[in-house]
Amino acid sequence: MSELPYKIVIGLEVHVQLATQSKLFCRCSTQFGAPPNTQTCPVCSGMPGALPVLNREAYRMAVRAALALNCEIPEFTKWDRKQYYYPDLPKGYQISQFDLPMSQHGHLAISDPKNRFEPKRVGIIRAHLEEDAGKSMHDEQAGTADSRIDLNRCGTPLLEIVSEPEMYSPEEAKAYLTELKLLLTYLEVSDCNMQEGSLRVDANVNLHIPDPEAADGPPIATPIVEVKNMNSFRAVERALHYEADRQWEVWQESHQRLGDVPKQTRGWDENAEITRGQRSKEESSDYRYFPDPDLVPVVMSAKETAEIRNQLGELPAALRKRLEETYGIKPYDSDVLVNQGRALVDYYIELAEQCGDGKLASNWVQQDVLRLLNEREISIDDYAVRPSAFAELLAKVQDGKLDTSRGREVLAEMIEAGLSVADAMEKLGIAEVDDSELVELCQSLIAANPKIVADIQAGNLKAAGALIGQAKKQNPNVNPSRVRELCIELSSEAS
Amino acid sequence: MSLSASDVEKVSLLARLLLTPQEIEALTSQLGQIVEYVDQLGEIDTEQVEPLAHAVELVNVWADDEVRPSLPRDEVLSGAPHRDEDSYLVPAVLGD
Repeated sequence: MSELPYKIVIGLEVHVQLATQSKLFCRCSTQFGAPPNTQTCPVCSGMPGALPVLNREAYRMAVRAALALNCEIPEFTKWDRKQYYYPDLPKGYQISQFDLPMSQHGHLAISDPKNRFEPKRVGIIRAHLEEDAGKSMHDEQAGTADSRIDLNRCGTPLLEIVSEPEMYSPEEAKAYLTELKLLLTYLEVSDCNMQEGSLRVDANVNLHIPDPEAADGPPIATPIVEVKNMNSFRAVERALHYEADRQWEVWQESHQRLGDVPKQTRGWDENAEITRGQRSKEESSDYRYFPDPDLVPVVMSAKETAEIRNQLGELPAALRKRLEETYGIKPYDSDVLVNQGRALVDYYIELAEQCGDGKLASNWVQQDVLRLLNEREISIDDYAVRPSAFAELLAKVQDGKLDTSRGREVLAEMIEAGLSVADAMEKLGIAEVDDSELVELCQSLIAANPKIVADIQAGNLKAAGALIGQAKKQNPNVNPSRVRELCIELSSEAS
Repeated sequence: MSLSASDVEKVSLLARLLLTPQEIEALTSQLGQIVEYVDQLGEIDTEQVEPLAHAVELVNVWADDEVRPSLPRDEVLSGAPHRDEDSYLVPAVLGD
């Protein structure tokens, strides 16, 4: 980063749909993918006289998420109307929270297994509950003048999470999003599915440039740009890189500073890999917020908040630490395992406990289990080999009765044919080779290969490889590392 | 406080209402009277009064998270000025 002539400053605004069954203020279903306009009622389609009633579960989920983000939960919170006129917002206002949000002043810790930035805490300004709008669809191919409006999504609970502008590289922004998504998934408050719009990201970006006229003074801040339409975390990362470059170009031409021009909104164009200007953002006062008279405030005592806090369960950061401390695995490995979700971690823990070697279990889970899950697009619950059978296999690897590649063959057989370790080994014709049999075999090899023995005696231990090859030809079930060990041992005894 | 014609223009833009200069003039006077009427509240000294978030002294009115039937689509769309078989139709929404 230090080679850039500026510092990029990023704040993220994330909207996540909460995983309730019904909407925030009415009892219509939130199910994704239903036929258009089949999940609406007088409340969410904005009929006059309809009365919204708050979904208790949505509120509980929002508090869970806010607590996990280390936010303060005020005892008193209320609902406000944010007015704007848009076809997908039938009431002409969105029920949101303005001056007294349900949570604020939190933080999320992020780090990078690849060490591209130092571990840090990103401040959370606030997290508040609000309702989603509907969807407008415009079929440009059809060339019709109309847009079609589907109000199914209208009124779905959203948690808006606003970070401080404290991320200083696209990589930090991506790490924040990844950790946030993981946290919310562990809390089971959202499925965070970006394709279905359950998680949406807007980024506020500008540059801080050292002031050439006052080297010790505060840096020059360029105008803030809000970037929208980023449909994956990768898109966020790329859009931010693009936007930093673009703003640097603009600065060199225009020398416009923060406050010189109104805040600009730009949309990421995934195909062209550029951002494009959109309508200029309305002043926030244009939303003319005022308290919603249809909804009464929420009061939650410190005791009730504490009860929800006690039920948060083990969160990703604590779980990583526990895996590292209990099973002796590296941060990189605990990160890979924890990022796969709680079910996989539970599988790993059971395997590590049963085989007694956390590192070995971690290697096999990462290399063999995850590869298969990815290839077949299945979850760990559908993985054919249970931890107890897997541990039995790993015990044979630990004892040297199977080498890694033979172990893999046995595992594949266990998966394909649903066999036990013993049956899979029998089917593959793997017989455990008795150690005395192995010693005999190695002795015959030593006697037949004086030149190799001489090489080994001269200190060239690699020469033993040739003996392993010969041993495997005579008996494919021998353990190569045990053969190597024995051959070196016997060579040094031979004269 | 009095309302200016440019206030009315701004509010009409936010409400997506296209007003003629005559309408703006008439509405500036009419809306102005309403605002002045409400403004009487400002005469009361509220220095020592706690702010109130809601006129009713109720809190925590909840509903359980249980799905109930929505309205039939045809009924919902029956009030729309323009529709097709499954959606509301509105003038083209372009851009974001």
